[in-house]
Amino acid sequence: MSDLVPILISKVNYWVYIALMMIGLWAVIAKNNLVKKIIGMNILQTAVILFFISIGAKYNATIPIIMHGHDAGHHAVNAIDYINPLPHVLMLTAIVVAVATLGVALALVIKVHQKYQTLEEDEILAKMDEQ
Amino acid sequence: MSQNLPAIVVILPLVTAFFVFFSAWWVKRAGYVLVIVALAGCGALSVWILTAVITDGPIHYWLGGWEPPWGIEYRIDHLNAMMLVLISLLSLITAAHSKESVERELPDKTALFWSLYLLFVTGLLGICITADLFNLFVLLEVSALSGYALIAMGEDRSLYASVRYILLGTIGASFYLLGVGCLYIATGSLNMADLGQLLPDLYQSKTILIGFSFIMTGLGIKIALFPLHGWLPDAYAYAPSAVSAVIAPLMTKVMAYALIRVMFTVFQPDFSISVTHVTDVMVWFGTVAILFGAVMALSQSDFKRMLSYVIIAEIGFIVGGIGVANTIAFKGAVFHILNDAIMVACLFLVAAQIMYRTGGHRIDDFKGMFSTMPTTAVIFSVGALAVIGVPPTCGFFSKWYLLLGGIQAHQWGFVAALLLCTLINVALFFRVFDKALYVHGQDTGGAHAGIPGNPHPSGVPLSMLIPAGVLAAAIILVGIFNQVIVDEVIRYTVPSGF
Repeated sequence: MSDLVPILISKVNYWVYIALMMIGLWAVIAKNNLVKKIIGMNILQTAVILFFISIGAKYNATIPIIMHGHDAGHHAVNAIDYINPLPHVLMLTAIVVAVATLGVALALVIKVHQKYQTLEEDEILAKMDEQ
Repeated sequence: MSQNLPAIVVILPLVTAFFVFFSAWWVKRAGYVLVIVALAGCGALSVWILTAVITDGPIHYWLGGWEPPWGIEYRIDHLNAMMLVLISLLSLITAAHSKESVERELPDKTALFWSLYLLFVTGLLGICITADLFNLFVLLEVSALSGYALIAMGEDRSLYASVRYILLGTIGASFYLLGVGCLYIATGSLNMADLGQLLPDLYQSKTILIGFSFIMTGLGIKIALFPLHGWLPDAYAYAPSAVSAVIAPLMTKVMAYALIRVMFTVFQPDFSISVTHVTDVMVWFGTVAILFGAVMALSQSDFKRMLSYVIIAEIGFIVGGIGVANTIAFKGAVFHILNDAIMVACLFLVAAQIMYRTGGHRIDDFKGMFSTMPTTAVIFSVGALAVIGVPPTCGFFSKWYLLLGGIQAHQWGFVAALLLCTLINVALFFRVFDKALYVHGQDTGGAHAGIPGNPHPSGVPLSMLIPAGVLAAAIILVGIFNQVIVDEVIRYTVPSGF
């Protein structure tokens, strides 16, 4: 038990992303309402984004602008003084992708609602079988 | 100029997509001309790149002049070049074929349709040309998002099919991204070739194993490998004819390409084969996918749904062929990517013509096809014989390679599934031939659910018959010249560790 606590605390970012990802997957699988499913899908994407952002962080490091570093300008740039900006830049793109996916999904859901007057999956399936 | 051509292949359809959309405000028909010009340009560039690769070896292109591993690199070897030619020419032929069917099925949305079509092709070309794992994710989403929208334009049920595809496709893409993140934690690199050099020291690391599993599962969803195929049949069956004819042959094949890249360029063959034994698992998944796809195809009454299950079986061929992991089977798998794309595209074009003529795409709508639309019937016969695997069509040769490879590796389950699937395909297509030869079926009343489908009495126009005929000819020509294609291109795609 005493070994478990440090693991939980030192890897807290991983636990958070795993928890978020499972919440998202559960919503996609178990929820009956299409909007809830899509929100679950978005939570899953956000979990991956948080994972990427957390891996850029370092202890005792500052934002990756050279002026802000320790003794900036007096010696060669020391990578350990700065957090890693690359995962953050990647995630800017991934956030745009996630927003676009959410937009397309919600637009489709509006069309589904116009057609079937409901967003509950079982009712949609029942109406599709009637036709 | 000429050293920038690899980037232009991707940029040309991307930029044209915007012009197509806005040109519809002034001249309604201008968009379609732009699409054809852009895709023809892409086709010419891809062929030029392929010849350059064959004569001078792989091309490296650094976007913005940034050296890899820091910048994004485009690296084109024989495998990419083949995929580029396949994508650009196939999408050009489908676009040439689909002018009439798009105007009939989506009368108010032609400009939107063609703009999304070009974005879809941009995404596929980008996936095949890039050598950066994150760039691959972005372009994967470009093609997937336009694919969702294109599929949703189809018949009644296509909306719900598209929502399901979005949910599963996004989970697949997120898994892929998570896997890339795990590789990035361990190595600090996203460049495929760079990762290929950094990873061998880390093959025992749990992070790498988890990253590999997530990437494989994510791509498995996108490729529609058997237990993860749930989104495919509905999405492809209910999409507009022009959309099925471009998405069905290309999307899964491009993902198969990405799978090969990850397994044999990012990771070295000995990781996939002897460290994780993932290839053994793939043979079994492939075998089950072949049997499942074939049996399910047999039970369908709708032609496009039947073809969707045929695709699931063909994916089993490709994945199983990669999993057999010897030179002959790998050649067969890569060759089958090419052949399957051509023959599935040909059959979906036939479905589009049937839809145009009769307003439906059930197998019953093929009734009397040999007397009412003889040219379409001939094209259909060529496509069907290729899927069955009759020489000299191309389908025979890739199956032959896969079969020889399976025998050499003593994968008897896979070999048996291949042969059984061929038999089932014979039954499958002769059921359609039986309908098509039925002479008294002159009634073409096709008031089916979905798009207004009043039958078109004057027959299928030449603008549809010629592109489909070109594909039928390509099936036979690729079959006749299979030795040239294997020797000049496919031989070089086999990873060195086999």
